[in-house]
Amino acid sequence: MKALEHVFVTLKSHKDRSCVSLVCKDWYEAERKSRTHVFIGNCYSVSPEILIKRFPNIKSVTLKGKPRFSDFNLVPPNWGADIHPWLVAFASAYPFLQELRLKRMVVTDESLELLVQSFPNFKALSLVSCEGFSTDGLELLATHCKNLTELDVQENSFEDLEGSWLSYFPETFTSLEVLNFANMQTEVSFAALEQLVARCKSLKVLKVNKSVTLEQLQSLLVQAPQLVELGTGSFSGDLTAQQHTELADAFDNCKNLQTLSGLWDAASIYIPLLYPACANLTFLNLTDAALQSEDLAKLLPNCPHLRRLWVVDTVEDEGLEAVGSTCPLLEELRVFPSDPFDEDGIPGGGSGVTEAGLVAVSRGCPKLHCVLYFCNQMTNAAMATVVQNCPDFTHFRLCIMTPCQPDYLTNEPMDEGFEAVVKTCTKLQRLSVSGLLTDLTFEYIGKYAKNLETLSIAFAGSSDRGMQCVLEGCPKLRKLEIRDCPFGDTALLSGLEKYESMRSLWMSACNVTMTACKLLAKERPRLNVEVINEEENDDTRAEKVYVYRSVAGPRRDAPSFVITL
Amino acid sequence: MSPLLLGILEEGQSNVSIAGSSTSLDSICQNGAGFRERNYMGLSDSSSVDSSSISSLSEEKKSSMNLKATELRLGLPGSQSPDRNAELSLISSANLDEKPLFPLLPSKDVISSSSQKPITSGNKRGFSDAMNGFSDVKGTVFSEGNWMFSATGGNSETAHSAAQGKYPTNTAMSRSSLNLGVTSHSMKDQSGVESSKLKEVLPSKGSQEKPHGANEKGQNQMTLATNTSTPPAAKAQVVGWPPIRSFRKNTLSTTSKNNEEVDGKPGPGVLFVKVSMDGAPYLRKVDLKTYSAYPDLSSALEKMFSCFTIGQCGSHGAPGREVLSESKLRDLLHGSEYVLTYEDKDGDWMLVGDVPWEMFINSCKRLRIMKGSDAIGLAPRAMEKSRNRN
Repeated sequence: MKALEHVFVTLKSHKDRSCVSLVCKDWYEAERKSRTHVFIGNCYSVSPEILIKRFPNIKSVTLKGKPRFSDFNLVPPNWGADIHPWLVAFASAYPFLQELRLKRMVVTDESLELLVQSFPNFKALSLVSCEGFSTDGLELLATHCKNLTELDVQENSFEDLEGSWLSYFPETFTSLEVLNFANMQTEVSFAALEQLVARCKSLKVLKVNKSVTLEQLQSLLVQAPQLVELGTGSFSGDLTAQQHTELADAFDNCKNLQTLSGLWDAASIYIPLLYPACANLTFLNLTDAALQSEDLAKLLPNCPHLRRLWVVDTVEDEGLEAVGSTCPLLEELRVFPSDPFDEDGIPGGGSGVTEAGLVAVSRGCPKLHCVLYFCNQMTNAAMATVVQNCPDFTHFRLCIMTPCQPDYLTNEPMDEGFEAVVKTCTKLQRLSVSGLLTDLTFEYIGKYAKNLETLSIAFAGSSDRGMQCVLEGCPKLRKLEIRDCPFGDTALLSGLEKYESMRSLWMSACNVTMTACKLLAKERPRLNVEVINEEENDDTRAEKVYVYRSVAGPRRDAPSFVITL
Repeated sequence: MSPLLLGILEEGQSNVSIAGSSTSLDSICQNGAGFRERNYMGLSDSSSVDSSSISSLSEEKKSSMNLKATELRLGLPGSQSPDRNAELSLISSANLDEKPLFPLLPSKDVISSSSQKPITSGNKRGFSDAMNGFSDVKGTVFSEGNWMFSATGGNSETAHSAAQGKYPTNTAMSRSSLNLGVTSHSMKDQSGVESSKLKEVLPSKGSQEKPHGANEKGQNQMTLATNTSTPPAAKAQVVGWPPIRSFRKNTLSTTSKNNEEVDGKPGPGVLFVKVSMDGAPYLRKVDLKTYSAYPDLSSALEKMFSCFTIGQCGSHGAPGREVLSESKLRDLLHGSEYVLTYEDKDGDWMLVGDVPWEMFINSCKRLRIMKGSDAIGLAPRAMEKSRNRN
C-alpha cells in the first residue's frame, strides 16, 4: 500500500487521480491518502464532511462557488457559497493547510480570521471574483501569516477601508513571492509597499493598483528587477527628465518579465519606456491601458515572444491589423469593449472593432486558439475565414454586443458562422455564441462540437429543439449556461439523462416552468434543482434555474429566494 | 413640442429624438406661453402627473399590449413569447400572435422588411426618415408593424418606470430587463419611425382624450418620456449584458472617461468628443482641436455624416455675434434638415454656433446631429444662456 502511495504522489492531474481511484479498492485508498491538492468546481457538489472523510492529507484546496453568471449580476446577493463552513471543517481536519484558491465565493473577515488562526503553515491565498471581506481581513493575513508566499486579491469586490494593510507585514517578513492587489480602489501606503518589496527578495509577481504612480513604480522596479510578472499602477502623469531617465533605466533592468499588465491610462509618451522590458514578454494585458492603434503598433514589435494579448477595442481594427502582422506566435487574444454601455444606449457604443479586426489577426496568427472578442458587427463570412486561418481554436467566445444582431451585410442569422466554427475547430472546448441565432446553430453544435465542454448562450435559438440538440449531441458537455432564450420545459427535460454527467446547468429568463423543474428533481434525486424566484408573483415560471449534480444532497444554507425542489 | 423638448433638456438627457414633424404638434407648440419646463421623469410636477394619469389609463392597456409585442422575446415562429411578467401579460393571446419580432422562417421579403431589424440593433435600423441618404442602413426598410404603433405609449410607461422603478404598476418591469433594454433603446432610436407613428397615433387618441391639448401633451409626454428615459434605461436595463465583469466596467469607463477628460483639457493635446447623428448606425469621434472655426467643423462633420448640414453656423459663428433672434434662427432651422447641437458642461443641449469658437470648445462635451425640427426648442435656451453670460 505504501508503495502505491509513493507512486501516486507523483500524480498531479485530477483526471489521472480520478481514474486511478476507480481501479480497485486498494488503489482508491492509496490515491486518497496521497492526494494533497483537491479541486472542487462547484462547492455545493460535495460537502466539507465528505471531503475530509475521503482525503485526509490535503494541503491545497481550490473551490469555486457561484454560477459564472453571477459575474454579470444575474445571481442575487446572499445566494451562498460561503467559505466559512469549509474553513471550520478544515481547521480541524487539515491543520497543515497551505493554499486556498477561491473563485466566486463569499469570504468574510471573520473567515479570514479563522484562517489565520487555524493554519500556521498557511502560504497562499488567491481570491478571484470573491466578495465579503475588507482590508481588515488583509491586515490579519499580513500580521499573522509568517510564511505567506502568495496574496492575490484581484478582481474581487471587497471593502477598501483605506487602512494601511500593507504595513501590517512585519519587518521580519520576507517570504512573499506573489502580491496582487491590482483592482483595489484606494491608495495603499507606498512606504510600506516599497519596504515590503525591498525585503522580499523572492518576489516574482507584483501587481499593484492604480494609486501607485510612475515615479513610485521606478523605485519598486529598482528593488525588484527579478520580477517575472509586473502589473504597474498608473502610467500617466508628469515626470521630470531625470525621473524619466531613471524609469527608463529601471525598465531596462527588468530582463525577466514575462507578464505585463496594469498601465492604467497609459499615456502615449510613456509607452516606449516599456520597450526594453518586453523582450521576453509572453503575456501583455492592456485592458486598463486603452491604447490607440498607433501606440499598439509601435509597442508590439518589441514583444517578439508574445503569446497572449488582451486589449481594449480602442485599438480598433487597425490595431488588430498590427497584431496580425507583428505577432506570429500569438495564441490568445482578448478584445474588451471600451464603452460597453455607451451613453446612447447602444450596447457597444459605435466604435471599437469589427469583423475585419478579427480576420486580420487570424491571418497573421495561425497559432491563435483562444479568443474572446467583443464587437459591434460580424459576418458569417468573416467567421468562416477566421476559423479557416486558425482551425485549432479551443476557446472561441464571440460577443456581438447588440443582442440578436444578424450578419450585418447579409442580414442572415449568424448560424453559418458558428457552423464554420464548430465544424472546423474539432478541438473546441469552450464556446460562447452571440448574434441572431436560430436552432440551426445548436443543431450544428450538437452535430460537430464533440469536444465541447462549456457553452454559453444568450438571446439565441428559436425553440426547444436548439437546446435539445446540444444536450443530445455534445458528449463532453460539462457546463451549460443559458440566458434569455426560448427554451422551455421540453428542452430542460430532454437533458434528463445528461445532467448527472455535467457539472451544472444554468437557465435564466427562459421558458421553463416550475412543473418541469419539479419533475426533473423528482426523476433525478442526485441532482440539485434550484429555482431562484425573486419576484413573488409568478408561481408557475421558473425565472432562474440552476441544476447541478451533488453528492451532498440539497443545500442546507439556501436563502429564502432559492427553492430547492 | 417645444415644452416637451424643454422638459427633456431639463433632465439633462442626451439623445433627444422626438419626432415632431407633425403639424398638429407644431400647432400646440405655437401657443407661445407653453415654453414651460416640465419634469417628465419625476412626479413632482403635478400637472405632468395629471396629464400622465389622464393618458395612463388608456395607455395602460396599450402599454401592456404593446409591450408584449415589442418585447424582445425572440419570437421566432413556433415559439411563443413566454409570460415574462404577470402584469405585463394583460395581453390577450391574440396579441401574442401579433407580429413576432424575428420572423426568420418567413419569406425574404419579410426579412427585408422585418421588424427584427429595429430590435436587433439600436443603431442599425432603417428608419423611414433616416433612410434618406443613409446608404449604409443595410437596405432594410423598417416596416411599420403593429408593434411600433402606440408602442410609443407603451414603452414610455415601461421605459419610464424602468428608468426610475417608481411606477408601482411596473415594479415587475425590472425583471423583464431584456425587454426593456432592447425595446427602450430601440424605441429611442426609432425617432424616424416615431414621427410617422405619432401622426397616426395622435388623431386616434384625440378622439379618446378629452381636451385635445391635454391629450397632445399626454401623448407627447409619453413619447417624450420614452425618449427621455430611454438612454439611461437602455444603459441599465439589460442586466448583465454585454457580459463584462463589473470591476472591468469601472476600469474601462474610468479609462475612457479619463482619456476624454485628459483629452478635453484645453491647451496641448487633443480634444476628442463623440459625435452622434440621429438615425446613424454609428458614432464617430472628432478632435475639436483640429478645427479653428465652425465652418471647419461643419464641413468635416458633413463629410463624415454625408447628409448633414449646420444651418446657421456660417453666419453666427463669428465671435461677438452672440445674440440670435429667435425667429431668425427658427427660420434657418426650418430650412435645413439637420442641425448640429452639443452638450455643454452643464449637461444642456445647445445649438452649435451660438457662442465664440473658443468658448464652444471649452464647454463642448459631445456633439449631436439632430433633426432640425427636433431642435427648435433649443434656440431660446441658447439665447437665454448667452444672455446670461453677457
